[in-house]
Amino acid sequence: MTRRGAAGSVLLAAVVALAFAGPLVSPWSWDETDFTAFGQGPSGRHWLGTTQSGRDVFALTLRGAQKSLVIGLLAALLSSGLAAVAGTVAGFAGGPLDRALMWGADLLLVLPPLLVVAVLAPGGGWPLLAPLLAAFMWMLPARAVRASTLSVRERGHVLAARFLGVAAPRVLVRHVLPQVASLLVADASLAAGAAIAAEGGLSFLGLGVRPPDVSLGALIADGRGAAATWPSGAAAGLLALIVLAVNLLGDGLRDALDPLRGGR
Amino acid sequence: MTVLEVAGLSVVHAGGVRAVRGVSFAVGAGEVLGIVGESGAGKTAAALAVMGLLPDGAEVTGSVRLRGEELIGRSDAELSRVRGRDLAMVFQEPALTPVHTVGDQIAEAVRVHSGAARAAARARAVELLGQVGIAARRARAYPHEFSGGMLRRVMIAMAIANAPAVILADEPTAGLDVTVRAQILDVLRGAREATGAAIVLISHDLGVVEGFADRVTVMREGRVVESGPVERVYLEPRAACTAELLGSVPRVDGTAPPRPRPERPVALRVDGLARHYPVFKGTLVRRRLGTVRAVDGIGFDVREGETLALVGESGCGKTTALMEILRLSRPQRGRVVVLGQDTASLNAARRKALRRDVQVVFQDPGASLNPRMRVAAIIAEPLTAHGFPSSLIESRVKESLELVGLESEHARRFPHALSGGQRQRVAIARALALEPRLLLLDEPVSALDVSVQASVMALLESLRDRLGLAYLLVAHDLAVVHRIADRVAVMYMGRIVELGPTPDVYRAPAHPYTRALLRRVRLRGDPPDPMSPLTGCRFRFRCPRYAVLAKEDARLCDEQDPKPWGGADRSVACHHPLVGAGARQ
Repeated sequence: MTRRGAAGSVLLAAVVALAFAGPLVSPWSWDETDFTAFGQGPSGRHWLGTTQSGRDVFALTLRGAQKSLVIGLLAALLSSGLAAVAGTVAGFAGGPLDRALMWGADLLLVLPPLLVVAVLAPGGGWPLLAPLLAAFMWMLPARAVRASTLSVRERGHVLAARFLGVAAPRVLVRHVLPQVASLLVADASLAAGAAIAAEGGLSFLGLGVRPPDVSLGALIADGRGAAATWPSGAAAGLLALIVLAVNLLGDGLRDALDPLRGGR
Repeated sequence: MTVLEVAGLSVVHAGGVRAVRGVSFAVGAGEVLGIVGESGAGKTAAALAVMGLLPDGAEVTGSVRLRGEELIGRSDAELSRVRGRDLAMVFQEPALTPVHTVGDQIAEAVRVHSGAARAAARARAVELLGQVGIAARRARAYPHEFSGGMLRRVMIAMAIANAPAVILADEPTAGLDVTVRAQILDVLRGAREATGAAIVLISHDLGVVEGFADRVTVMREGRVVESGPVERVYLEPRAACTAELLGSVPRVDGTAPPRPRPERPVALRVDGLARHYPVFKGTLVRRRLGTVRAVDGIGFDVREGETLALVGESGCGKTTALMEILRLSRPQRGRVVVLGQDTASLNAARRKALRRDVQVVFQDPGASLNPRMRVAAIIAEPLTAHGFPSSLIESRVKESLELVGLESEHARRFPHALSGGQRQRVAIARALALEPRLLLLDEPVSALDVSVQASVMALLESLRDRLGLAYLLVAHDLAVVHRIADRVAVMYMGRIVELGPTPDVYRAPAHPYTRALLRRVRLRGDPPDPMSPLTGCRFRFRCPRYAVLAKEDARLCDEQDPKPWGGADRSVACHHPLVGAGARQ
């Protein structure tokens, strides 16, 4: 693991710890309302101040971070996983299977995700949000993975394995997937940030996390036009930290996966 | 008169790697100095240091004198005036811009140094192209329209554009077919006569240097180990490493005594195998342009314990034929029978079972070994794939490594921590792990150094004799395979033009093309466009014999496709073969 990767994993661990352990030390709970303090700045009583409706910004931000971390990381994993499976299978198998998978991807690309989410979301609540987001994020990476699979498929060691009699699924897992892994890792680290931002957009429209529950995206959206900047600023800062941590971790993972650069 | 004098030249690369350690040589006007050595000997680094073209961070010490003037220590701008005018270089890879015509690029080289007018430079470019044997109308072609041999000619034309005092040619024939190699050396010889320049010829191929250079300098690990007149060095080498290099050069002469064909079962039989690729043009409306007949009806058989070499220039279809056999499924046309089983009738389960007995070694071990897997895992892969008992895998991996002359310590390494020869040994070990009966080898040594080539070939030979394997060996150079191959099939444009026992084919080649591959005659021109329509004999455009035939005799070549004739043991596809192929029957 490189220094960047180590820094990323430490940072991510810190953010997760903050999001999940922070509420235990916070004097206020996220759903409490302080009727004596509306829209106040940071103070000893409210560490990051309060919102216009008198809710504690610190507690709210942490609650939002919990939701966003779970949704963002889960959506990133799901979409990259889907992209890996669909892309490598389509590129490796070719023929009708390839065409069917890529047609499916193109179809999803032209469907307006908002509309679909609006139709499907109401029943499920936030746990359904991650798979829904992932369902609309895997298509472009899958196409990229398919393209590099097409070139990897012709490489000597993949050909060699096939002619040695190694079965196709095993060739995919042992010879093709590692070659496209760095692409997938980079994609997953970008997708985590994108999913958190997309969830924010949906929440803003009332399709994602429902009030009174919050997410980082919803908090940032709330900040628009508000007089006080610190509530949305804190959420934006935390979002930036999460994305940075995930990206550093992704860099480190990519280096560790490459035997030419990593240790023996 | 000494034109270029190099003394105590040392190059230390940015990482502290000492590529060149105190190299000295001198070359006089009109003289050819050959610099030979294995890859990594520092030949190219020395040449780049002379040209002042080493990357930033490389430290050069010593002295390079061109006509008595010191070049080391001069600024890049000053050297630019010398480079291309007094000191020209022909690079290993043709370094041409893809977006300009070759005529313009040569004209540019002329104008930069002579300040000639545009029209005059163009005219000079055409003249230079004529000198290297390229027709004037081709001056308006782009680099991608030229073959590898033509591009080397263009590079030589650029190098002699300003009548340089010294031409540095770095592996000018590397990667070219045998038939084209001789042409390029002729062009270089002509260039020397036209300009009177001194030539420094860098090559790992001693055969190239032998017929061309006056003196030779042998390098190893950045040092000069020996230098002197070519005849002296070749006949009585003083340094051990020169002798070793010379000993490993594949020689055509001195053929092995003929071995009788073993009376053993046939491991592989191919009949009328064909593979055609349609070629389309256009993105919206796809139009069929024609067909590339990569393999166009070939037939041969290989018995157990026997080696058949499939030999020909690049693009002749030899690798395609190998891949068609490897697929183990119904070919487009013809029949492939592997170990008694017709591949057209195989179902998936039987095909997989057959793969156990048919293994393959590819050309470039750097590509055919997964860079992310350790050697042990690479060799174990076919074993697990074919359900070898997992408790025995470790010992089998060890045995396989031992078989190919590697230590068990190598099992823990990744491929990039091995040398080229060791990697190819791993690839062979992987192919042998399942104890196959038929081994297909696709140019197994062409990516390796000459000295390593010899040891890998020797290994393959001993394995065949010990294990009784059948080999189908694909190669582009007859000289490399003549020791190991029992029989040779020479391919040209998808057809086998000559097939026979190696000693016979070497002693008395019947087809003019075989003679060219054996470096006994020169061929005209490049391999033809594979899509060109085929009437008559495919080889006649390059055939030295066709050129001197009487009109009536030549008409046969124009009109009729020659069919292979002779027996199953020795056949030739030529209307006017050089010896009676069937005479030995």
